[in-house]
Amino acid sequence: MQVVEQAPERLGRYTVRFRTAPRLLGRASVVGPMEGKGPLGQLFDRVTDDDILGQKSWEQAETAYMVDAGRLALENAGLEPKDIDLFVAGDLLNQMVTSNVAAGRLGIPLFGIYSACASFTQGLFMAAAMVDGGYARHVLVATASHHKTAERQYRYPNEFAHQRPPTATWTVTGAGAVIVGPGDGDGPRITSGTIGRVLDLGIKDPYDMGSAMAPAAVDTITRLLSDTGTAPEDYDVILTGDLGELGSKLLYELTAQSGLPVSQQHKDAGVMIYAPEQDAHAGGSGAACVAVVFASWLVPQLAAGQVQRVMVAATGALHSPTLIQQGGSIPSVCHAVTIEGGQDARA
Amino acid sequence: MATEQAKQQYKSLVQQHSPPRPIVRNLLASFVVGGLISVLGQFIWIWITRLGFGAKDAYAYTGAVLIGLSALATGFGVYDALAKFGGMGANLPITGFANSIVSPAIEFKREGYVMGVAAKMFTIAGPVIVYGLAASALVALVRWLVIGVGR
Repeated sequence: MQVVEQAPERLGRYTVRFRTAPRLLGRASVVGPMEGKGPLGQLFDRVTDDDILGQKSWEQAETAYMVDAGRLALENAGLEPKDIDLFVAGDLLNQMVTSNVAAGRLGIPLFGIYSACASFTQGLFMAAAMVDGGYARHVLVATASHHKTAERQYRYPNEFAHQRPPTATWTVTGAGAVIVGPGDGDGPRITSGTIGRVLDLGIKDPYDMGSAMAPAAVDTITRLLSDTGTAPEDYDVILTGDLGELGSKLLYELTAQSGLPVSQQHKDAGVMIYAPEQDAHAGGSGAACVAVVFASWLVPQLAAGQVQRVMVAATGALHSPTLIQQGGSIPSVCHAVTIEGGQDARA
Repeated sequence: MATEQAKQQYKSLVQQHSPPRPIVRNLLASFVVGGLISVLGQFIWIWITRLGFGAKDAYAYTGAVLIGLSALATGFGVYDALAKFGGMGANLPITGFANSIVSPAIEFKREGYVMGVAAKMFTIAGPVIVYGLAASALVALVRWLVIGVGR
């Protein structure tokens, strides 16, 4: 029996170093028309003309986005579904219907995951762990969200007339996918990751997810930094998922208080994805938000050597309308991974 | 678990950084939108009375016409844009009430006519109807206690 010689290594309390530093082999993003009109519109692999994609429902359209992104990522890596050992997927819908149906259509064994909008980095972590441990050779990671499915499940019917406050975010329509594979060869690599703790500082406003999530982002980011003995300056980019304008301000304030200010390196996918004139209020959100920005904005920069080391810390508001109606608040989580580019980034 | 003190501290930090709500702009916009809907209703009422209906009948027909217009605007996807601008000015008139029934009916049509349209139609308007009826029953009870029946 062959024994895996390079076992993963734990750093600090909740951080793992992936000794074989699994690589990102392929990537893809597919987005809706509104995202296509945003500042990153040119970067996405596919911008759809409408957000129903000829399907019978918004839910089925969301699944179509995920399948499309998965297939494009496979194409990008030069692989086929039969080459993939595991599909790690997440979305925001009840029973994870999007991921379940998409996995059925792709025909790849599924780990369905839920960390709301932090699902993407949870997926990257799990994929890296599976590849690093030798339990899988190629893993497809994908997350999807759809503005209209999220509205009808979490908030109001789409055509219901109401005014959203300035702290509200707009769920990104689309899906992002990457393929994680073994560490030989060039390309961006996942070198470490931190599993987030669930924090709840009592925020109850479902129209202010940024404030609910900021403490979780601070907790995980500072933990990853201290566990790996790095400082914010050691990263070219620290990308969060959907903290929005207010959540980002809170992140700066709280990381500054903890002595590890990240305002210089920080970018928020939610703030980047829409232009102010698109009137998305505090920015984009949703499981697809960080995935599409990561796949189409950050990974190409890593592959081209324009950035060397980045941290991706997606935040998820584990919001449940039932919990809120019963007087509860919004627990949040943030999972982070470190990704290094260049030719010799192995830890 | 975060302590109550930590929660309070965080709450004040959030308040300190929160963008101010554009209250003056919202008030003005809702005044204009709500006012224009009412002016439209007035014109419809005048038109209906000119057709030869009595003032009391004309009120009922005006409500029906406004509901019809709102349902149409909701179906064409423009009523939510009106409320995005006008806020409560678009929600409060009878047109807003119509929107709150038509929008779930459209939204949940894909779940079928029974468990979708019919079951979900009153998810937003239902509470208004329940408490509206309860309040009217209460007012009627008070009236009965004070002045009795039939006067």
